[in-house]
Amino acid sequence: MTEEMAAGCTRPVAEVGETPAEPSLPKEKTSVHQGGKTMIQVGQKAPDFTAPAYFQGKFTSVSLSAHLGKWVVLCFYPGDFTFV
Amino acid sequence: MSTDSMFVHKMWVDHELSKMTTSKTIPFPMLSDPGGRVGQIYGVYDPAGGVDVRGRFIIDPDGVVQGFEVLTPPVGRNVLESIRQIQAFQVVRESKGSKATPSGWKPGKQVLEPSPALVGNVWNVWKVGQAFD
Repeated sequence: MTEEMAAGCTRPVAEVGETPAEPSLPKEKTSVHQGGKTMIQVGQKAPDFTAPAYFQGKFTSVSLSAHLGKWVVLCFYPGDFTFV
Repeated sequence: MSTDSMFVHKMWVDHELSKMTTSKTIPFPMLSDPGGRVGQIYGVYDPAGGVDVRGRFIIDPDGVVQGFEVLTPPVGRNVLESIRQIQAFQVVRESKGSKATPSGWKPGKQVLEPSPALVGNVWNVWKVGQAFD
C-alpha cells in the first residue's frame, strides 16, 4: 500500500514515469496531445506516478502501480482549505 | 491529490477534515503534487493558477482508465455518481463485455446484452423512461 517516509524539511515532489513493463511489450500510448495539452484517453493505461502523501498520521509515498489489481478513484482538487 | 505539500495535508486533516468525520483520520492517502507534475500528465494542471483542477479518474484493476471527469473548481463532485460508474464498469468487466449498462443504469436495473438480434431492436426491450427513473 504505502511506504513510510522520513519527515524532512524540504517538500518532496512526485515522480512521473511509465509503468514498468516487460522489454518485449510494445510501448503503449498513454495520452493524446491536443494543441500541446496532454489529455488522458479512456481505454488506455493510466500514467504511473509516485507521490509523497499524508495517510493515517504518517508521511508516506504512494505509487499508482502499487494498486494494480484494485479499482482506483484518483481525485485531483485545487487545494486544501479551499471551500468545495 | 493537490499541489499542497504533505505538511499542509496534515494540518488540513487535523484542523478541519477530522471534524467532518466520525474518525480522526481520512480513509485514503492524501497525495502531494507540488508544481502539478502529475496533474500535467493527467491534463488537469492549470498553469495560470498553479493548481490541479477538480479531475477524477476511475482506473480499473489492470491500470486502464475507464472514465474521468474534470470540473471547474466551484462545482464539487457527485460521489454517488462515481460509485455508480464503478459499479457499472464492474458489471461490464465481470461479463467480459457481454453486457452493457444503458443510460440511467444503477444496480438492480436492466442491463442490455448486445447481439446482432438486438440491432434495431433496443426499443423493444428498453424504454427511454428507464434513463430517468
